[in-house]
Amino acid sequence: MPRRNDLHRILIIGSGPIIIGQACEFDYSGTQAAKSLRGDGYKVILVNSNPATIMTDPELADRTYVEPLSRQYLEEIIARERPDALLSTVGGQTALNLSVELAEAGVLERYGVELIGAKIDAIKKAEDRLLFKDAMTKIGLETPRSQLLTDLEGGFGFVAKHGYPAILRPSFTMGGSGGGIAYNREDLVAILERGLDLSPVHEVLIEESALGWKEFELEVMRDLADNVIIICSIENFDPMGVHTGDSITVAPAQTLTDREYQMMRDGAIRCLREIGVDTGGSNVQFAINPKDGRMVIIEMNPRVSRSSALASKATGFPIAKIAAKLAVGYRLDEIRNDITKVTPASFEPTIDYVVAKIPKWAFEKFPGADTTLGTQMKSVGEVMAIGRTFKEALGKGIRSLETGKKFGSDVFDVNLIPQKLITPTPDRLSYLRFAFRSGYTAEQIHEMTSIDPWFLEQLRQTGEFEESLEDGSLEAADRAGLMRAKRLGISDVQIATAWKSTEIEVRNRRRELGVSAVFNRVDTCSAEFESFTPYLYSTYETSCEAEPSDRKKVMILGSGPNRIGQGIEFDYCCCHASFALQGEDVESIMVNCNPETVSTDYDTSDRLYFEPLTLESVLNIVDVEKPDGVIVQFGGQTPLTLALPLKRLGVPIIGTDPENIDLAEDRKLFGKLLDELKIPSPENGTATSADQAVEIAKRIGYPVLVRPSYVLGGRAMVIVYDEDSVRRYMREAVTFSQDRPVLVDRFLEDALEVDVDALCDGEEVLIAGIMEHIEEAGVHSGDSSCVLPPVSIPESEIRTIEEYTVKLARALNVIGLMNVQYAIKDGVVYVLEVNPRASRTVPYVSKATGVPLPKLAVQLMLGKKLRDVTEHRGRLPVPLCFVKSPVFPFNKFPGVDPALGPEMRSTGEVMGVGQNFGEAFSKAQLSAGTPLPEKGTVFISVSERYKPEVVPLGKRFAELGFDLVATRGTAALLQAAGLKCRVVFKVNEGRPNAVDLLKAGAIQLVVYTTTGALSFEDEKSIRRAAITYRVPCITTMSGARATVEAITSRLRDPIRVWSLQEIHEAAGTAAY
Amino acid sequence: MDSAILALEDGTVFEGRSFGAPAERSGEVVFNTAITGYQEIFTDPSYTGQIVILTYPQIGNYGTSVFDNEATKPYIEGLVVREFSGITSNWRSDEEARAFLAKSNIPVISDLDTRTLVRHLRSRGVMRGVLSAIEKDPQKLVEKARSIPSMAGLDLASRVSTPERYQWTKSVDACSPSEILAAAAEPRFNVVAYDFGIKQNILRRLVHAGCKVTVVPALTSAEDVLALKPDGVFLSNGPGDPEPLTPQIENVRRLIGKTPIFGICLGHQILGLALGGSTYKLKFGHRGANHPVINKLTQRVEITSHNHGFAVDPDSLSTNDVDITHVNLNDNTLEGFRHRREPVFCVQYHPEAAPGPHDSHYLFGDFTNLMAENQ
Repeated sequence: MPRRNDLHRILIIGSGPIIIGQACEFDYSGTQAAKSLRGDGYKVILVNSNPATIMTDPELADRTYVEPLSRQYLEEIIARERPDALLSTVGGQTALNLSVELAEAGVLERYGVELIGAKIDAIKKAEDRLLFKDAMTKIGLETPRSQLLTDLEGGFGFVAKHGYPAILRPSFTMGGSGGGIAYNREDLVAILERGLDLSPVHEVLIEESALGWKEFELEVMRDLADNVIIICSIENFDPMGVHTGDSITVAPAQTLTDREYQMMRDGAIRCLREIGVDTGGSNVQFAINPKDGRMVIIEMNPRVSRSSALASKATGFPIAKIAAKLAVGYRLDEIRNDITKVTPASFEPTIDYVVAKIPKWAFEKFPGADTTLGTQMKSVGEVMAIGRTFKEALGKGIRSLETGKKFGSDVFDVNLIPQKLITPTPDRLSYLRFAFRSGYTAEQIHEMTSIDPWFLEQLRQTGEFEESLEDGSLEAADRAGLMRAKRLGISDVQIATAWKSTEIEVRNRRRELGVSAVFNRVDTCSAEFESFTPYLYSTYETSCEAEPSDRKKVMILGSGPNRIGQGIEFDYCCCHASFALQGEDVESIMVNCNPETVSTDYDTSDRLYFEPLTLESVLNIVDVEKPDGVIVQFGGQTPLTLALPLKRLGVPIIGTDPENIDLAEDRKLFGKLLDELKIPSPENGTATSADQAVEIAKRIGYPVLVRPSYVLGGRAMVIVYDEDSVRRYMREAVTFSQDRPVLVDRFLEDALEVDVDALCDGEEVLIAGIMEHIEEAGVHSGDSSCVLPPVSIPESEIRTIEEYTVKLARALNVIGLMNVQYAIKDGVVYVLEVNPRASRTVPYVSKATGVPLPKLAVQLMLGKKLRDVTEHRGRLPVPLCFVKSPVFPFNKFPGVDPALGPEMRSTGEVMGVGQNFGEAFSKAQLSAGTPLPEKGTVFISVSERYKPEVVPLGKRFAELGFDLVATRGTAALLQAAGLKCRVVFKVNEGRPNAVDLLKAGAIQLVVYTTTGALSFEDEKSIRRAAITYRVPCITTMSGARATVEAITSRLRDPIRVWSLQEIHEAAGTAAY
Repeated sequence: MDSAILALEDGTVFEGRSFGAPAERSGEVVFNTAITGYQEIFTDPSYTGQIVILTYPQIGNYGTSVFDNEATKPYIEGLVVREFSGITSNWRSDEEARAFLAKSNIPVISDLDTRTLVRHLRSRGVMRGVLSAIEKDPQKLVEKARSIPSMAGLDLASRVSTPERYQWTKSVDACSPSEILAAAAEPRFNVVAYDFGIKQNILRRLVHAGCKVTVVPALTSAEDVLALKPDGVFLSNGPGDPEPLTPQIENVRRLIGKTPIFGICLGHQILGLALGGSTYKLKFGHRGANHPVINKLTQRVEITSHNHGFAVDPDSLSTNDVDITHVNLNDNTLEGFRHRREPVFCVQYHPEAAPGPHDSHYLFGDFTNLMAENQ
C-alpha cells in the first residue's frame, strides 16, 4: 500500500505551550511529521500557539499558523485552508482533545476533513476510562478494579468496598493533572473535588492501588495492513505510584524473562487492535505484581507521547516520522530504516546498551508546593543518558541533570532516610545512595521503596566502588581501577573529589594511562548491520566508531534538560544554528542530553552526540572531533558556564569572546563599562555580608532588588522594602561567599521594562526586536507578557534604547546575538542587564519579523558581516502586532501563591497575532489557557498605591458591560465615581467573601494586585481559588489595562487568522 | 577477580572476567541480538558447537527457571557477555543463571567489549574460537582455535538427537496468572517428530495445537516412521551444517508424498536438500528475535526468532515443485516454502519463538489443518 494520492493538504495540530506533562517532545514529533509529509509531496498546514517551537518555523510547513488552539480559531483556519486530512496524533493530548472537539462539533464533516492517525472511536475508546476498561476485559486483559465517579458519594462507596489507598485519575487531562493517591477520607475528598473540576467531562476514575508493583511501557507501531512492531520496552525504576513522567525509567526492560516480555508484547498488540488505532505509534503501560506475576494494563495513549520521544532517541527509530508516513497509507515494510539503509522499518529495534531517563523538577521555584511524587506529573524536564550498562547510564544521567551543586556537597540526614525512601520525592535517588553508604541493606531498602532488587544491586555496586575510591590517589592510580571507575559511569569530578585533586588532573592522568572515552553508535540493530548515521554516545570500550570527517566543522552545545528559565527557545536556537551551518557547507555537530528535543533527532545535525553537557563530556568529544569552532551562545546558561573553561583549555569558541560574555555578568567590570559609555543603570552594589547589604540598601534607597550572582531565571530574586527583610533574606534565603556575592539593586518601582534582541558583527548592529513588557518592573521578564512592536514608548526613548544597544554591542565586541533589558522610569532609560547570547525571545522575534535571527548569527560567527547576510539595516520592521504571554504551572502545585514576582515560574509561552494590541493580547491569553470573559462579573481589589488608577479601570469594565464586585476600600472609590459596585468581604472578614463567589461561579475575572511586600493569606487564597476554578486572575495594573484592551477587541474584532508566510510576504521580510 | 580469555582463529584476543565454570571450551563464535531469553538460548540444542555472544549487555538479571528450558541442559559451548548479573530478580526464578551454567561446566567471559567483537565478526564472518578460564597464554589459545574442526561438513544433528523414541505430552503453560493462552486443541493428530536437536517449545506448541507427539532419533528410517502411521511428520531444528546429513535427507525424500510434513530451521534446510536444492553458509548467520519476515501468501510481516548459520538457496529450488512463502525483509534470504503438489511446508525461522515474538504461532495451526485435509 503506497502513499494515498487522494490526500493533498494535511493539517497538523501542535501541542501549544510547554507545560508540565507536555513539553518539547511534541515539537519533536510535530517537526518530524511535517518534514516527513512534505518530503512525500503533501502540503502541510501547521497550527501551534507556541512560537518557541521549531515546528512553527515558516520553512517547515506550507502554511504556519501561530494561533490559539481552540475550536473557533481552528475552524477559521480550516475554512481558509481546506485541508483534506487532519493528523491528530503528533500534538499530544492537546491536539487529540481538539481533534475530538472539532469532529464532535461537526467541523471536520462540514469541511470534508478526514481524521488520520487515530479515528474518533479509537481515541474515545482509549481515553474514556470505562470504554477502555470494557475493551480490555473483552480481550482478556486485566485492569485494576475501578469505577468511574461523577460525585463524592460514589468515591465513598468504592473505598468502602476496596479500601485505601485508592488512585484517582480525572478523565481527559494531561500529565495526570488533578490526579492523586488517597490514603484517607480527607485525601479522597480533596483530590476528587479537584479532579471532577479539572476533567473537561467532570469524571474521575477511582482505582484499586497497585502501589509497589513493577511498571512497564511498550512503544508500539501499527500500519494499515495490521503489521505491528514494538519499538522499545521501558521499565520504571520507581515502581507504581509515581507518575511515569516523574519516574526514572530504563530502556530496555531489565527484569522480565522472555516469556513475561512476550506476554506483555502480545497484550500490547491485542490492545492496539481492540482500541482500533489504525496507524501510528501508541504507548501501552502495564504493571506487574512482583510476587506472582499478575499483570494489569494501566493505560494506552493512541498517539505519539513523551515516551515515544524517549523510545525514538533510545533506539534510533524515528517513531513520529514513521507514524506520519503510516497515516498516509504506507506500510512499515515499504519504509526504509534510515540508519542501516538496507533494512526496512518493519523490524523491532534491538539495542546493545542501556538507556536511563531521569526527570528534572523545579520545586525550588514553588515554595510551599508538595514535593511528594504521585500520580500527577510534577517534573519540568528530563535528561537521557546512554551507557553500556545501567550503572554507566545512570551515572551519566545524574551528571546531565546540572543540579548546580558541586559533587559531594549534598547534605544528608541519617534520621531522614526512612522517610525519604518511603515517600518518593526528588531527593529519593540521592537518599538511596546515601542509605547504602549508611549501612542499609538492599533488603531493607527494597522493603521501604519496592524498587526492584536488581536496580538496588546496581546502586550498591557503584556505591561500594565509590567508597573504595577514597583510598586512592592521583599518583597511585592504575589503568584497571580508572577503567572500572569510568565504566561505572563515575565522573572525573567525582574521582577528583575523592582524590583531592582537580578534574583536569584526573583527566590528564587517565589519558596518560590510556583510559579515554570512545564513541559507540546508536544503530537500531546491536551492530548486526552497518550504521550510516553518526548518532553517538561515549563509553569506555576498546574501539571508537565516531569516524570524524575532515570537513570544516562546528560543534553546537545544546541546552540540556528543560527547566524553568531555560527551555525550548534555546533548542530552537541550537537547531537553527545547525541548519545554518549546513547551509554554509560546514559540518554541524550537536551535543545535548534532552530526549524531548528536535536537536537530539539524528537527522537535525550532521552528527549527534547524546552526552551530558559537562566539561568532561565536551572535552571527550573535542578530542575526537577536533572542531574548527564551538558555539556556546545558543544553549542558554548551560554552555555559557563551560565557555571560559573550554577556552582556557584551547578549545576554539566562535562568536562573542567568552571573556566578554563573562564581563557582562561581572558587576564591577560591567558597571565600569556602563560608566564609560555613559549609560545609566539602577544604582547597585555587591554584598558579602548582611551588614554590607543593609548599608548598600540604605545608600541607594528602598525598595531594593536582592539576588545571588550567577543565577538563571531569577532564582532567589526578591524585592525588599525594609532593613528587616534584607537581613532575613541574607540569613535565610541565600548562601553567598567572596566569589559569589549577593547583588543589591535599586528597584525601579512601576518602571516600564523593555527587552531588546540585536545582532552584531563586531561593528554593525541590527536591532531585531524591541519588546515592551506588559507587566511592570519587578515581574521577571520571562513571566511578563510583552508586545512587539512597542505600543506606549515614545519614539525618543526608542531611539535612546537603540543608541545604547549599539554602544553596548560594539563595546562588548558582540559577534552574533545579544539581549539587553532596559527599564524606563520618568523618561530615563536604564540598562538592567546585558546578555551577549541568544535570549528566550529569539524565536518569538524571528517569527514576528520573518528574519531567522539564529541563522544570521551563525553566519556572523563564521566571519561574515551583517551587510553580507541581510538587506535590513537599523531596526527590523514588524508587520503586525505580536504578543508573547507566559504559561504557568500553578494548577499542578496546590497551595502555591500564583502572584508574579522577580523569580521566573512560567514553563512556556504562546504568541498572539493581531492587527491591534488588544486582539493580539486576547489571542495570547486564550492560547495561554486563561481565556478572557466577554461578559459577567469582575472582582477588583487593588493595593493602596494603585487606588488612583482603579476608577478609570472600573469605568472601562462597566462600559464593556461587566458587573463590578470589590472589597470595601476599592468599592468605596468606585461607588464614589458613580459606578455600580457590589461589596464583598475579605476572606478574613467573614462570608460570603470573594472565594465563596469564585466557588459559586459568580465571578468571571479577578483583578487582585499584590501589596508589594509579603503576600498575605487573604490575597493568596483568592488567587489560588481563581486558579482552581479557572478564573483568569490579573495581579498587576498594567495587566488589567491590557485585559480591558483585549476584551474590547474580542467584542469588536472578528475571529481572524494569519499564516506566518503571508505576514512575512506582505512585509517583504520572508528570508526563507 | 578471575580472568578469562576468548581467542579467535584470526588471532584476535579479548580478555575479560571469568564468570562461570573454570573451564575451557571451543567452537564457532556467533552472536545473538535478542534482548530477552538468554536461558532459552543457553538450552537450544542448535547452539551445539558454538560459543555465543549476547549483544545485550546485561545478562543474568532474572536468573533461570526450569519452565523456560528448551532442553534438559544448556548446549552452548561458552558464553560471552558484557556484564553478568551478580543477583537474580524475578519471581519465577529457581536458580541463578551463573550456577545454572556452571553446573554444566560452561565457561562465561564477561566485562569485555562485546560490541567491538560483534562488529569484527560482522565484517569478517563467524570464526572458530576458544574460551578459556584456565589457559592464560593467548597465543596458545589462538593456536587451539585454529586446530578445531570447522562446523561445515559435521553431522551435529545426530550427536544431539535423542537415543530413544519417546512420547511428548506436555502443552504450553501460562507464565503468569494473566497470560492469555488459547485453549489447547483436543489431541487429534499423531505426529512423528524427528529430533535433530529439537527445542521443547516446538513440542509444547505441537501438543497445544492438537498433536500427540512421538519423538524419534535423527536417523530413524522413513519406513520406521511410516510404520507409526503418523498423520504428519515434523522435522526439527538442530545444529550445524545440513549438507552432510545424507541419511536424514534421504529419509525425508522418501517421506515426501506419503504424509504431511512440516519443517523448522534445520528441518527446512533438510527439506530443501531433499527437494534437490542446495544450502550455503551465511557470513555471520541470523540469530536474534527481531527479524522481519514477509508471508507472501498474506502479505503480512511477522517479527520472528532466528537461529541459523546456513540457508537454502532459493534459486536452487525448482519453481515447478515449490512456492516461496516467506522471505526475510532484511536481506531477502529464503525463510519458508511449500510444495506445490504435496502437503509439505517449512520455515527457516522459529515460529515456536522461545525466545522471541509469537507472531508466527499460526504455522502450528497450518500444520494441523494440513493434516486434517490429508487424514
